[in-house]
Amino acid sequence: MHVPIEYFLVLSAFMFITGVAGVLTRRNAIVIFMSVELMLNSANLTLVTFSSYIGNPVGQLFVFFVMTVAAAEAAVGLAIIIALFRNKQTMNVDEINILKW
Amino acid sequence: MNVDYLVNSLYLIKPELAIASALVLLVLIDLIMGNNKKFLPYVAIAGLIAAAYFIIGQFGMNSLAFVSKSNKGMIIADPFGAFFKGIVVFASLFVVYFSIKSDEIKASFERHGEYYTLIFGMILGMFFMISASDLILIYISLELVSFSSYVLAGFTKTALRNSEAALKYVIYGGVSSGIMLFGISILYGITGSTNLYEINSLIQSSSIPNLTFILSGILIFVGIGYKISAAPFHFWTPDVYEGAPITITAFLSVASKAAGFALLIRFIKITFIKSVDSAGYWQLVDLIDWKTFFIFLSIITMTLGNFAALWQDNLKRMLAYSSIAHAGYLLLGMAVLSNQGMIAIIIYFAVYAITNLGAFFVVMLIANKIGSENIDDYKGLGYSQPFLGVSLAIFLISLTGLPPTAGFIGKLYLFIALVDAKMITLAVIALLNSVVALYYYIRVLKNLFLSRPANGTFEFKVSFSNGLVLVLLAAPIIILGIYFTPLVDLAKNSMQILGF
Repeated sequence: MHVPIEYFLVLSAFMFITGVAGVLTRRNAIVIFMSVELMLNSANLTLVTFSSYIGNPVGQLFVFFVMTVAAAEAAVGLAIIIALFRNKQTMNVDEINILKW
Repeated sequence: MNVDYLVNSLYLIKPELAIASALVLLVLIDLIMGNNKKFLPYVAIAGLIAAAYFIIGQFGMNSLAFVSKSNKGMIIADPFGAFFKGIVVFASLFVVYFSIKSDEIKASFERHGEYYTLIFGMILGMFFMISASDLILIYISLELVSFSSYVLAGFTKTALRNSEAALKYVIYGGVSSGIMLFGISILYGITGSTNLYEINSLIQSSSIPNLTFILSGILIFVGIGYKISAAPFHFWTPDVYEGAPITITAFLSVASKAAGFALLIRFIKITFIKSVDSAGYWQLVDLIDWKTFFIFLSIITMTLGNFAALWQDNLKRMLAYSSIAHAGYLLLGMAVLSNQGMIAIIIYFAVYAITNLGAFFVVMLIANKIGSENIDDYKGLGYSQPFLGVSLAIFLISLTGLPPTAGFIGKLYLFIALVDAKMITLAVIALLNSVVALYYYIRVLKNLFLSRPANGTFEFKVSFSNGLVLVLLAAPIIILGIYFTPLVDLAKNSMQILGF
């Protein structure tokens, strides 16, 4: 069965937009991180799609790097959230506001 | 790809190897020595000096490393990269010294091993960012710099503003690098390659979908713009600069920005260039109006930075906005799109690096003693501490760009490049911006010298070594302001980007 390339691209664009919208509208730091992961994964999907469509393995190789980077980012981000939570007992980004203007 | 070739490629990345070995050494020494952490900064300094030695060797090089059948080369060794790596090493040397002296960092003594390791991670990432010619390497090095700086921004975990800065940094950083990655994936899709040289030859020869290409270019620019804190992506800058430890703020404002600008210049120059004409003007692939794009970006960046700096009471935050404004001035050099403009950027950056390091050093010395970065607490400092006061005055005057300091030379070359390219209106706007900048820098000087100090506020001594480092930073600013030929020659020699 052959699935046209547009299907994958539209799906990944939709995932990307969902990620951006999540970052902009959500207030919980952990949910914001999940949205960032969604953005990274949408890029991964695009890379794999193009890679198999063009027949060039570089894109799939790139995906492995991106997955590693995403894992590292989650580790660093969660560590920072824990450090902040110990100081302030909140995960709502609206209440994290001592630095402004 | 045979073994000999691989070994030859390794010779081309000696500075990176030096930094990587120093990083491993730092981790090992931290493990072996246990609680004795006094040696760590000296190991760091030794590693940096080794890297500096190899970088000087790179000024004569002009070649690509890791070329294979499917890839035209991953890393470039050229004088342009050597210059920016030099700036990074220069900044790192001073930042390591600042870290030895900073009370903020001393307080978390048991984690010094991590601290220097992360700084070296950042330096390694910046080196690769400066010399990368492949999208994969660009993305990974950018993330290496970002991750290390997220952790360092929140290094003193117990201070609330530290962890808040780190969280804001990690969210902004994650989003902009995610957007950049999506741009890269589209660019890979329409060209079928991740190598900048190959992409360049592809877009010159065949017709590719314009709109998609512009979209991917803009998405990639989001990631770079966030690193150099250009206007619509600058929101993290003031918060992170204010919240992070001063040593890290100084490092971010100089080294991180240097790497970002090197990446921007290289990316534009390699990917979009068609030809360079005899006068040194770049003919880019006309997808969008490049000039208007950069002019627009630089005007909003510098205007926003300068005007927001006007009502800052925290000196660190004020310097953060001033660094945004300086990114705007540097983008003016981009807007010229010529070799002359790039030489102006290089001169401006060398001056900016020395000046900003000096300014943050004085802020750190004062904050060590009085525990405040508020401009109002500096009242009368110039009387009780004339040495610190005068050095801060030199740094701030150089940031404004007034003669006889080196800051004036930087601005002068930038304006000459603008006038030569017949962009007089832009030069006038930049000049007016400098006038606005004068107001907030002078406000600090007014507090330093025109108010009388309250009794006994500033009774402390500047140690000999601190004084020496301060002189080392302040003297070049005056000397380069008068005798600037060596700097201009260095900039001209550094303006050799491989390819075209």
